[in-house]
Amino acid sequence: MTHLCSLSTVPAGRCCVIARIDADADLTARMRALGLQLGRRVHVMRRSPFKGPIQVRSGQTDIIIRRSDAGLIQVRPCDPGGDTAVFKESECA
Amino acid sequence: MSKRIALVGMPNTGKSTLFNRLTGAGARVGNWPGLTVELLSAKLLLGDSMVELVDLPGLHNLHGFSEDERVARHFIETQPVNGLLVLLNATQLERQLALVLQLKALGLPMLLALNMADEAASRGIRIQIETLSEQLGLPICLVSAKHGQGVPELRQALTTWLRDNPNPVTAQARVLREDDDIEHNVDSLLARTVHVPPVLSASRTDRLDRILLHPWLGLPLFLLIMLLVFQIVYGLGTPLQDGLGWLLDELKTGWIAPAISGLPAWAISFLLEGLYDGIGTVMTFLPIIVVFFMAMAVVEDSGYLARAAFLMDALMSRMGLDGRAFVLQLMGFGCNVPAMMGARVIRSRAQRILTMMTIPFSLCSARLQVFLFFTTAVFSPLAAPWVLFSLYVISFAITFLTAWIWRGRARHNIDPLLMELPPYRLPTLSVLARQSLRESGHFLRQAGGFIILGVALVWFLTHFPLDAAPASPATLAGRLAGWMAPIFSPLGIDQLLSIALLFGFVAKEVVIGALAVIYGAGGDELSGILNQRLDWVQAYSFMLFTLVYTPCLSTLATLRRETGGSRYMWASLVWSLGVAWMISFVFYQTARALQ
Ligand SMILES: Nc1nc2c(ncn2[C@@H]2O[C@H](COP(=O)(O)OP(=O)(O)OP(=O)(O)O)[C@@H](O)[C@H]2O)c(=O)[nH]1
Ligand SMILES: [Mg+2]
Repeated sequence: MTHLCSLSTVPAGRCCVIARIDADADLTARMRALGLQLGRRVHVMRRSPFKGPIQVRSGQTDIIIRRSDAGLIQVRPCDPGGDTAVFKESECA
Repeated sequence: MSKRIALVGMPNTGKSTLFNRLTGAGARVGNWPGLTVELLSAKLLLGDSMVELVDLPGLHNLHGFSEDERVARHFIETQPVNGLLVLLNATQLERQLALVLQLKALGLPMLLALNMADEAASRGIRIQIETLSEQLGLPICLVSAKHGQGVPELRQALTTWLRDNPNPVTAQARVLREDDDIEHNVDSLLARTVHVPPVLSASRTDRLDRILLHPWLGLPLFLLIMLLVFQIVYGLGTPLQDGLGWLLDELKTGWIAPAISGLPAWAISFLLEGLYDGIGTVMTFLPIIVVFFMAMAVVEDSGYLARAAFLMDALMSRMGLDGRAFVLQLMGFGCNVPAMMGARVIRSRAQRILTMMTIPFSLCSARLQVFLFFTTAVFSPLAAPWVLFSLYVISFAITFLTAWIWRGRARHNIDPLLMELPPYRLPTLSVLARQSLRESGHFLRQAGGFIILGVALVWFLTHFPLDAAPASPATLAGRLAGWMAPIFSPLGIDQLLSIALLFGFVAKEVVIGALAVIYGAGGDELSGILNQRLDWVQAYSFMLFTLVYTPCLSTLATLRRETGGSRYMWASLVWSLGVAWMISFVFYQTARALQ
C-alpha cells in the first residue's frame, strides 16, 4: 500500500507526480487539457494565503487551481525510488 | 462559392491576435484565457479568392464545455468550412497537441500554426517542423502573430491549402477516440520532435511573481497598482480634457455664435445651449477615454488579471463567486457589457448568474465621466482623486454585498477554478493604438447617435412651453421633476439633477450632456454652476446614486440575453434601484445630521 498525498497539501517548492485523479469526467478532461494528468510531474510553485488557490507548473504551463479541486488529485514525490516512492505519513498535513 | 476558414485553438493561444494580423480587423486581444466569447468573422484575400475567417472562442477539448466553448464547438460541428486553421502555443505543445488529434477525428481539412515562435525561441525550445508535419500528416507553419514573423509564409500555405480544399464540408459525426490512446501518441510524437531545454534559471515572469504574488504583499501591491493606473489616467487625461474644453469654448464664442446670430432666439438656444453645449461637454471626455482604455489594454495584455484572480479567489469564494468574477469586475471598469459576456467562461449556471448580477455595479467608463465632472467641479483638486477612488471602493463593496445576499444556490453549486496563469507580456504599440481607436470610435458613434437624441429631447423638455423660463417648474421637465421630488428630495438630489438621472437610465454618457442643457451652460461654466448650487454632501449623494441606481439599457439587454429570460433583468433593475436609494438616503441623512 503506497501512501499518497493530496496535491492540495503539498508544500510550495516541491515536485510530485500525479498518481490518481478522483474528479468527474468533465473536470478530469479539463485538467488533462491544462496538463494535469496521470504520470505528469508537477511543481507546486506557491500557495496563496487564506486557503486560496495554489499555483502548479506542469511542463511549460502554469496553472492555478483551487485547493478543493487540487484535493481531488493524489500525488507521490518525484525523485528517490521512482515509481515506488511514497510520502512519509508526516508530510501530508 | 464562398469560402470559410475557422480559427480554432485552446484559450489564450493568440487566435484573435492572428485574426487581426491576417484580416486587419479589430478583435479584442488580451492575456486572459477566455477573452473571446463569441464568433467574429472578417474577410481575407488569399490568392485570388475572398475567404471568410472566423475567430472562435478558445476550446480546451471536445468533451466538457462552458458556454463559450459550446459556441466554438457548435460552430465547428455544424457549419461547413473549407478547413480549420488550428493555432497552438508552440511553447506548450506537450498539452496542446492532444487537441489536434481530437480535432482530426472530425474529418475536416486542417492546417496547423504554431504561435508564439518568439517565446519558444527565447525559452530555447526547438521543434522539428518537418518531422512533426510528416507524423501528423498536416501542413505546419511556425509563426508569431504578435510580431508578424512567419505570417507571409502562413498566408502562402493557406492559399495552397485552400486550393487543395476548394469545397466547404461539414464535420463528420464524431468518432470519439480513446483519450489514453491520444496521450500515448502525443508523448511519443513529442519525444521525437520537440526539444525543451531543462530550466536553468528563474524566468522574468517567475521573478516578478515572487513579488506580485507574495503571500502578504500581493494584495497591498494590487491596490497600489490600481491606484497608480488610476493616477496616470487622471494625471494625463484631465489636462487634455481642459485643453479640449477650452478649444470648444473658443469655437463657440468666436465662430459659431456669430455665424448663427441671424436665427430666431429659440433656434439659437437649441443649437448652442442644446446641441453644442450638450454634445461638446460630453466630447471633452474623449481624451480621458482614450488614455483610460490604453491603460486598460496594458493591464489586460500584461497577464496581471490572472494574478488578480489568484489573489482574490479566497475572498470571492466566501461570497459564492470566484477569482474570475473579480477579474470581470475589473474588465467592467471599461464597459459592463463585454464583462458580463465574459462570464460565459463560468460553467456553473448559478454561479455565472450571480457573477452577472454583480457586474452592473462595476464603475464603468461612462459613470467615470460623470464622477470626474462632479469631483472636479465640487471638490478641491487635492481631494478629488480620493473622492473618485472612494467610489471605486464602494462599487466593490456593493458587489460583495450583492453577491453575499444573493449567493443562495451558487454556494452549493461551485464551479471548479482551474485556469492557466499565462506569462507576463507587454502589449505592442499597434495593439494599444487599435484598442484606443476602437473605443474612441465607439464613443464618437454614441455621441453622434443617441447622445444627440437625448440632448435634443432634454432641450425640448426644459424649454417647452417656449414662453416659460428654461427649466423652470412650468416647463415639461419642471413638472416631471415635481412629481419625482418626493423620491429624490430625501436624498438631497434637487429637481434639475433628477431629470438628468432619468436620462442616465438609457446610458450614463447622457447625464453630463443632459446637465449642460438643463443649466444652459457647458464645460467650465457648468462646473461653476454646480459648484455654487451643490455642497459636497449633495454632490456625493448624487454620485452614489448614479453609481448604483440602474444598469444602462445595453447592460440590461445583455443580462436578459445571457440568462435567456427577463427574470434576472427585472431583479437586477429593482435591486439596484432599491440599493441606490437606500445608500444615498443613509449617506445624505447621516451627513446632514452630523453637520
Ligand atoms: N509573445 C507572443 N505573444 C503573443 C503572440 N500572439 C499572441 N500573443 C499574446 O497572447 C495573448 C493572448 O492573445 P489572444 O489573441 O487574445 O488569444 P486568443 O487565442 O484569442 O484567446 P481567447 O480569446 O481567450 O481564446 C495576448 O496577450 C497576446 O498579445 C505571439 O506570437 N507572441
Ligand atoms: Mg480571442
